[in-house]
Amino acid sequence: MKLVIRNGRVICPSTGYDNVADVLIENGRIAAVGQNLSSPAAEALDASGLVVAPGFIDIHVHLREPGFEHAETIESGSRAAAAGGFTTICCMPNTMPVNDSATVTSYIVERARRHAVVNVFPIGAITKGSKGEELAAISSMVAAGAVAISDDGRPVMNSRVMRRAMETASELEIPVIDHCEDLNLSGDGDMHECLDSVRLGVSGIPSAAEDVMVARDILLAELTGARYHVAHISTKHAVSMVAFARQRGLSVTAEATPHHIALHTGLMPPYDSDYKMKPPLRCTHDVDAVVNGLISGAIDCIATDHAPHAGDDKMQEFEKCPFGIIGLETAVGTALEVLVHSGKLSLNRLIALFTSEPARVIGWKDEQSRGALKAGFVGDVTLLDPNRAWTYDVNKSFSKSKNSPFHEHTFQGGPVATIVGGQVVWRCDGF
Amino acid sequence: MATGLLGIETFPRPDIEQLLERARNFQPKESGSYPRLTSCAGKMIVSLFFENSTRTRSSFEIAAKRLGAETLSITASGSSVTKGESLVDTLNTLVAMRPQAVVMRHGASGAPHFLARHLSIPIVNAGDGTHEHPTQALLDARTILDNKGALEGLRVAIIGDIAHSRVARSNIFLLSKFGVDIVLCGPPSLVPRELSLIAPGVRLEHDIRKAILGADVIMMLRVQLERIHEPTMDASEYFQFYGLRLEHLDLAKPDVIVLHPGPINRGREISSEVADSQRSMILNQVENGIAVRMAVLERVLLQ
Repeated sequence: MKLVIRNGRVICPSTGYDNVADVLIENGRIAAVGQNLSSPAAEALDASGLVVAPGFIDIHVHLREPGFEHAETIESGSRAAAAGGFTTICCMPNTMPVNDSATVTSYIVERARRHAVVNVFPIGAITKGSKGEELAAISSMVAAGAVAISDDGRPVMNSRVMRRAMETASELEIPVIDHCEDLNLSGDGDMHECLDSVRLGVSGIPSAAEDVMVARDILLAELTGARYHVAHISTKHAVSMVAFARQRGLSVTAEATPHHIALHTGLMPPYDSDYKMKPPLRCTHDVDAVVNGLISGAIDCIATDHAPHAGDDKMQEFEKCPFGIIGLETAVGTALEVLVHSGKLSLNRLIALFTSEPARVIGWKDEQSRGALKAGFVGDVTLLDPNRAWTYDVNKSFSKSKNSPFHEHTFQGGPVATIVGGQVVWRCDGF
Repeated sequence: MATGLLGIETFPRPDIEQLLERARNFQPKESGSYPRLTSCAGKMIVSLFFENSTRTRSSFEIAAKRLGAETLSITASGSSVTKGESLVDTLNTLVAMRPQAVVMRHGASGAPHFLARHLSIPIVNAGDGTHEHPTQALLDARTILDNKGALEGLRVAIIGDIAHSRVARSNIFLLSKFGVDIVLCGPPSLVPRELSLIAPGVRLEHDIRKAILGADVIMMLRVQLERIHEPTMDASEYFQFYGLRLEHLDLAKPDVIVLHPGPINRGREISSEVADSQRSMILNQVENGIAVRMAVLERVLLQ
């Protein structure tokens, strides 16, 4: 099985390679990158005029299987990922049952092996049932294939439990990913606390609810030496604290979502649940700080927090609607618009935010190495057209859920084809 | 989209003026009762109250009857909502029975706005969560006008639980459109700082004496314990610092009037002496409630 991708602009941020060249994939792995690679037996793909990048990685998605298959399945979520240019995704453990044991981890790994069109890596729960009380079977989950731990959506409020989780994760060499939210401060809040929330009579979630947890976690990361990763960072103080922690030499990383850099409360139609997520859309000064964090490197990568919810669940009173929006298919288009076309970031750096950087956050090694076009790395490639105009129609989404604020938005640029292990798993209409 | 009345914030001043003027024709006056009209005969209004209400529900019902319209009143406790039906399904079912308008009260902010996006029937908001209560603001404005002649240039103090008050929001939006000087006062946890930017002419004051100074109108609000899910100031301390008592009235203008949307909690936010005084317009507000709601329903039904 050989595939040669010819004549594209090959960009690999990890090696610094940026030339019009060919990429050869053999037996599911990158075999060579260079000009005029001759391999007569290989199937050829013409990438003239396109960017050829390492396969994009999203370390924060919700696939809803097992338990909520009406909203998403591993298969449908993986197809949405492929259509968004992603070749590897990491799925959060808030399924039913919660992924807090090797049994559930193995189930997800096995379902993914059979049905997913991209690589799927489970993230295990920190605590049993994500209840924040007792540590989950972390070592067993890692042995079964979990690449990180997180109680995403239900943050660990007990600092002692978080400390023990970090000690365990440190020993297992996996990151602890935290959804930073002080549940007492966020209370029954449904949107960012600001003039708009007061005006609309909606309970607010103050930025401080995120800040105090980031502060606590950084102190615990220092205490334990753990690799600590801030999920969906959304406030200016959280960004400053992550930068500060890095200056102190701690292994602290952070991700930002496309919606937190593209949208703020002022762009939210009143009581529209397609704009309701946690952390909530913030005010412009927080949004600017997150964008600047991506530019300065304080924030390491982009992750979608793809969170499908079935139509019925979002067709309710705003305060009853669940938190979260889908984002796999619009992530690259959104990031190009906000960061690259605005002139804030180079295309090469943007590609790093989707490839080498998330790979570094998780720390895949040996035969799992990914995020770069290096010989021996997994044969995953994303083809991009940075300028192609296209309009997102959520009704044609591969996701089983339609909760997106980007419906009917026209993007400049996006993925054109997605290649996993040398196989084309998705290509856009007309390619 | 059909025009109902979802809130005051986006409702233009000329329309407000028109409604207030029209409501004047419906006031009981000397005859002692509301006019009996037939202009809305043959129209049907469904009123749907997902939260308990005595005065607003009966006020809308009487207003509809006085216009000659038929009404069907449904309360949540006796409806399919308690059987797990979604709000959209409940409304769709009722709309299929072809009423001309829906009057709705709901505990969730934005519930009528959400429905208005999905249904074509006009919806009159009779109070949504902690957001708006537009007809209350209209009846308060009618009451102020009856006493003061004009809104422009007045100073209005709104005192109490502003954070959870839909009455306060609608009143602020309305009074601000008429250039009223608005002072909001209450305990810090019930008066978020952002309120000072909610509309032009609003300022915050945590000392009730300073808030009342020179006021033409004092609006008292109930502490909405049912919406506050955390410990709050106890009743006696609240009354000591934020309760309106007779001695306070000397700080206001000599002809100050006191309003309260009800239900009142005597000895918590207002003393009995004030509630029962000549300054109190609480029962005039109830009277104007019917007149204003007649004007609103007439506008919605005959558009």
